[in-house]
Amino acid sequence: MSTHTGGYYLPAASHWPVVGSFALLCAALGATLLIHDLSGGGWLLALGAAALLVMLVGWFGNVIRENQGGLYDARVDRSFRWGMSWFIFSEVMFFAAFFGALFYARVIAVPDLAGGEQVALLWPGYVGGWPTAGPGLEAAFTPMAAWGLPAINTLLLLSSGVTVTWAHWGLKRGRRGQLLLGLALTVALGVAFLGLQAYEYRHAYVDLGLTLGAGVYGATFFLLTGFHGLHVSIGALMLMVILGRALAGHFKPDNHFAFEAVSWYWHFVDVVWLLLFVFVYWL
Amino acid sequence: MDAHATTADPLASTHHGAPRGLARWLTTTNHKDIGTLYLWFAAVMFLVGGLMAMLIRVELFEPGLQVVQPGLFNQLTTMHGLIMIFGVIMPAFTGFANWQVPLMIGAPDMAFPRMNNWSFWLLPVAGALLIGSLFLPGGAVAGGWTMYPPLYLQGGISYDLTIFAIHIMGASSIMGAINIATTILNMRAPGMTLMKMPLFVWTWLITAYLLIAVMPVLAGAVTMLLTDRNFGTHFFDAAGGGDPVMFQHIFWFFGHPEVYILILPAFGIISSVIPTFARKPLFGYASMVYATASIAILSFIVWGHHMFTVGMPAAAQLFFMYATLLIAVPTGVKVFNWVATMWRGSMTFETAMLFAVAFVCLFTIGGFSGLVLAMAPVDIQLQDTYYVVAHFHYVLVTGALFSIYAGIYYWLPKWTGHMVDETLGRWHFWLSAISVNVLFFPMHFLGLAGMPRRIPDYALQFADFNRIASLGGFVFGASQILLLWVILKCIRGGRRAEAKAWEGAEGLEWTVPSPAPYHTFAQPPEVK
Repeated sequence: MSTHTGGYYLPAASHWPVVGSFALLCAALGATLLIHDLSGGGWLLALGAAALLVMLVGWFGNVIRENQGGLYDARVDRSFRWGMSWFIFSEVMFFAAFFGALFYARVIAVPDLAGGEQVALLWPGYVGGWPTAGPGLEAAFTPMAAWGLPAINTLLLLSSGVTVTWAHWGLKRGRRGQLLLGLALTVALGVAFLGLQAYEYRHAYVDLGLTLGAGVYGATFFLLTGFHGLHVSIGALMLMVILGRALAGHFKPDNHFAFEAVSWYWHFVDVVWLLLFVFVYWL
Repeated sequence: MDAHATTADPLASTHHGAPRGLARWLTTTNHKDIGTLYLWFAAVMFLVGGLMAMLIRVELFEPGLQVVQPGLFNQLTTMHGLIMIFGVIMPAFTGFANWQVPLMIGAPDMAFPRMNNWSFWLLPVAGALLIGSLFLPGGAVAGGWTMYPPLYLQGGISYDLTIFAIHIMGASSIMGAINIATTILNMRAPGMTLMKMPLFVWTWLITAYLLIAVMPVLAGAVTMLLTDRNFGTHFFDAAGGGDPVMFQHIFWFFGHPEVYILILPAFGIISSVIPTFARKPLFGYASMVYATASIAILSFIVWGHHMFTVGMPAAAQLFFMYATLLIAVPTGVKVFNWVATMWRGSMTFETAMLFAVAFVCLFTIGGFSGLVLAMAPVDIQLQDTYYVVAHFHYVLVTGALFSIYAGIYYWLPKWTGHMVDETLGRWHFWLSAISVNVLFFPMHFLGLAGMPRRIPDYALQFADFNRIASLGGFVFGASQILLLWVILKCIRGGRRAEAKAWEGAEGLEWTVPSPAPYHTFAQPPEVK
């Protein structure tokens, strides 16, 4: 039922987008109700999440079938490349907002609170410095040390960048075993990273007193590492899908943009982590 | 004249088994359908936001509190701003992009037709969350469209709904922008090099880049509001080492490129309309492209001019002041080029051209008051007065909105297959152009005299100008009903439009029949 126009594949009418809109409507309403302890919020949020999942599976399933059916030409492939590049750029800017908040707090807000008339009139005795929970909170916390778990996590993610590239080489040279092993290792490293990150969060809350409420340090720490962790989770899911498709024999040495898109995304998540390691954990 | 006998049914060329009725619009992947949806969505939101503006002007008709209480007044100004920016101007421009970009570059459709559908259908969701919050306990958001903490941290449930509405609207904008950028970069017909693209396409490419760069920053900013409100973080709380001013920095890092998102496509529309009715090619095409790009780049380093009064080092004030004044150079290039295009042109004044010429004059007034406000010492006097309100309504109403009107009058023949009723159009133009100045020009005087914005009551000395502005506002509001009439009339019938509806029109969109068939450029045209 689709149109073939000058080679560029134009999909027919699709119900997946409105399913996605319905999902986000439910999720937004549900989350709002949940935040305000109103009844039905959890259920509505769960419904929204389920609908979103169904939509993603259905929509990407469509795309995969069309691709396998040979409907996409080189120009469609280029569209996907442009689209993914712009998407990753938008993700970079999303993280930029939170890194901006971190740098602003460290370079401008905290020194300002600890100097001049502010410290004399409003916060006597506040010395500032970093990390800090600010001048007005009772929260005592220990910051997360860089050279423990975070360093191991850095090693894990950097290795996963190597394994996914190794898998890509395998794919391009038609070595199926190398492709599958490389992808499986990448997934394993990603999951191991997430496990350690969960352990670190528990450690922060239980032993260190480092919580979301621990001033601007806790806020930037958890929002930056949390959104990064969310992206690693999404990336790991994408890698699993790619692994499944590799097992099904979907990729050819000269035609495998889905693989490349996921590996671009994975490298992006990697780079964000390096910045996190330097500016959140280390310096 | 029998219009229907010769008019091809735009649906006749759809595929067998394609959904009809409501399902067609819900599931469509056609750029023309989706463009139409965007434009009608903008029209409905314009009615909602416009009614709010009318209520505001009714309250300000005379001093004292008459019809709305201060709490509701604050909700009205906040919602009016959010709706007009995110619900009217941006969707209307995206509607133009959907209709025109594939037609102008000779592409069969947008690069991602399904995602195109989702970009649109997220907007009614965001709109419903935002407008629905009006009816919740405590009412809608009332802290201004800029959502500054700490005020924004203190509101009720509607504040969280608004945050989610902005997330969803942002996702819609980002997907729409990725789609448009990819379409322009990858779907051009053979021979359509970048420097042969119509200027409307260029301005949208640069707008898409701005959208992708700054909408995620807004998402980050409102996410921090969400966690500060509900999850105990202290981004914007000095007690925790945070800073409410930090929100303003992040917000305006989004906000200033956003105002160019609201005006660059307008430049593109005007650059299509003026050459057509001056019957001359656009003067200085290449300089227009470079000027647009310069404006976009500069937009990232001027955000501080929105915050001159919050306290910032003098060096920073000077930097933001000079960087802002610098934007006058590329903008001046544009105005010069439009005037030079008209110079010794063989001009006629169809309604589209009337709105375009009015745009050049009145947008320039808004640009000049922007220069006044860019100067830090002056801005410290004028911050948060009606002078600011006058400034941004000149650039957004007589600028962005008038360009949308020019675009509607210009491309309606292509969309509907019928010529516009020029007599009604002229009535619409003259009523709008006169009343809009009666509405907004006195606000300059009110601001210079010190009347603060976002206040439902005011001192007696402001009464006369407020009354004049309100009267202008009522006429302007009522005049827009004429536009609806013109559009409906044009859809239903009228003189048949040729493929090339205007004598002086150039470009690929005028090589396809009017109305444009459901699918165009299935085989890409050759561009010489």
